[in-house]
Amino acid sequence: MNFIIEFLSFIKFRKKYWLVPILLIMAIFGGLIVLSQGSAIAPFIYTLF
Amino acid sequence: MTNILGISAFYHDSAAALIIDGEIVAAAQEERFTRIKHDASYPVNAINYCLNESKLSLKQIDYISFYDKPFLKFERLLETYVAFAPKGFQSFRLAIPIWLREKLFLKNWLLKELKKIDPSFKSSKLMFSEHHYSHAASAFYASPFKNAIVLTIDGVGEWATTTVAIGNDHELEIVKEIHFPHSLGLLYSAFTYYTGFRVNSGEYKVMGLAPYGKPKYKNLILEKLIDLKQDGSFRLDQSYFNYTTGLTMVNEKFVNLFGKPVRNSETDKLTQFHMDVAASIQAVTEEVMLRVTRSLHKEYGIPNLCLAGGVALNCVANGMILRDKFFKDIWIQPASGDAGGALGSALAVWHKELKKPRKIKSSDLMKGSYLGPSYEQNYIEKELESSGARFIVTSEDEMIEQTAKALADGKVVGWFQGKMEFGPRSLGCRSILADPRSEDMQKMLNLKVKNRESFRPFAPSILKEEVQNWFELDYDSPYMLLVDNVKKDKRINVSEEEKHQVGIGLLNVKRSFIPAVTHVDYSARIHTVSTETNPKFYALINQFKQKTGYPLIVNTSFNVRGEPIVCSPSDAFRCFMGTELDFLSIGNCLLKKSDQSISVIKDYKDSFNND
Repeated sequence: MNFIIEFLSFIKFRKKYWLVPILLIMAIFGGLIVLSQGSAIAPFIYTLF
Repeated sequence: MTNILGISAFYHDSAAALIIDGEIVAAAQEERFTRIKHDASYPVNAINYCLNESKLSLKQIDYISFYDKPFLKFERLLETYVAFAPKGFQSFRLAIPIWLREKLFLKNWLLKELKKIDPSFKSSKLMFSEHHYSHAASAFYASPFKNAIVLTIDGVGEWATTTVAIGNDHELEIVKEIHFPHSLGLLYSAFTYYTGFRVNSGEYKVMGLAPYGKPKYKNLILEKLIDLKQDGSFRLDQSYFNYTTGLTMVNEKFVNLFGKPVRNSETDKLTQFHMDVAASIQAVTEEVMLRVTRSLHKEYGIPNLCLAGGVALNCVANGMILRDKFFKDIWIQPASGDAGGALGSALAVWHKELKKPRKIKSSDLMKGSYLGPSYEQNYIEKELESSGARFIVTSEDEMIEQTAKALADGKVVGWFQGKMEFGPRSLGCRSILADPRSEDMQKMLNLKVKNRESFRPFAPSILKEEVQNWFELDYDSPYMLLVDNVKKDKRINVSEEEKHQVGIGLLNVKRSFIPAVTHVDYSARIHTVSTETNPKFYALINQFKQKTGYPLIVNTSFNVRGEPIVCSPSDAFRCFMGTELDFLSIGNCLLKKSDQSISVIKDYKDSFNND
């Protein structure tokens, strides 16, 4: 819960409201994406991290 | 008493640093303990070291600060993917699960880990500093300047890739930023990738390769890849790069521009083309840094400059900024990479959040960057005995005398003394040392000791007061972050035939009285040694001077290719036995390779992945 409050205040502070629909879609499909991924090991891509 | 622990982790080079009432007490990189180069994991060993060193428990830590802001970074990722969609789906598919599973919840994860040690740990103690602010704080607050311009340049933090901050007493404010995807660090990394080296570790190889080539492609880079303005600000033409959306640094258009494919380090040799490319990107980097620093001097009129961020480890460019003389004084954070962010974030809490005044020293606050673990003589002897080492114990004076004699006799020496360095450079506490007069030493050290590419140069450590007699540098370089040329009267005339050598052939030319530390363009990455910061190392070089007349020695990090610098006595002994080191001075213990039992020799060459 704390995380959601913190993230919403971050969005508010940054005035990036247009990210909210994207985040909602990701929240819905996120579980599926996370579950479908066997490992958290990703190739080394500088800018991802 | 206020204790602040800074942490950098989860991206690359994780580290921890501890400050007590603003004094830097301890700092170390996690890789040194885990023996995994550039280890990015949660720095539990480095944290434990910092706490043990100061005899504190986690309960006694008042604040813990993390060196960047994950939400901001996530925002940048999302915006980038949206901006380039549908391109970049593959990268998105790989990145987002990691973020949704781990990185976005970093604060919760950190709290959980910290509560394992101290169940009463409160979330209000945990703070986050912006990536480039951490870099800027590590440079300014540790510097000897009351006020300064602080320039930070790296690949990317959250959004910023380059920032300019103004520091005044305990206040530090970022006044300008260049944002992702326009990044000098990523431009350099793109060429690191193109020339077949590993991104984020091979950049210094590109810098070392540059003097073998000619900057034939400088204008091409300036025309096509980077739109460089007079004030040093820039934009990269993204149509040549792939790092925003793909899994590589550059794309087909970039390859076509230079006319040759990306070099495969396993199968393709380094050619004159790669050397020319390296020279070109190095020249462009210098041009950008000179334009930025000149324009900043003109705009703000402040005589002091601080540098940090990965690009500040480009000591050739640093040397040029110094020689440009726009700034009266320059100070570069020795841990300029992300490890230094741990220290910067802690200093930011003390000075920015808590508004505590600075205690400015005429040197700096880094204590020579000797902030890592040290070992008592008894501990060293026990560890060596349990490793099966054969050694003698002497007085300190005798140890120095014997080591200087071994160096003068042309032996390659492992030198393990005092507190380990914080940052990527060995500064005379975890070093491999050799005689700079030897013509074969550079090749021998590269191929037989360090197992690394033959083109790589070695640095000299010189007595501080002697530097002007041997090099054109007229400035202190205690962290090996400034490059300058060997003085003309120490150079040797080169024959007409030798003048026409190209590429790696340049290595066969003896061009000075100190060939082992003279690069092919007469440059050297200089480390000045003083009695104030490292009296034992100073005494050793001084003893070498008494014996040979030369006040300098070769100094390279105590490791082999792909290995983190040694941390403990047993790491040092393993490296000693696995390489062609002749002699090891560790505390007051002296070890000769010829005395060791064959049974403890281990194959070391393939123990580490190539970097």
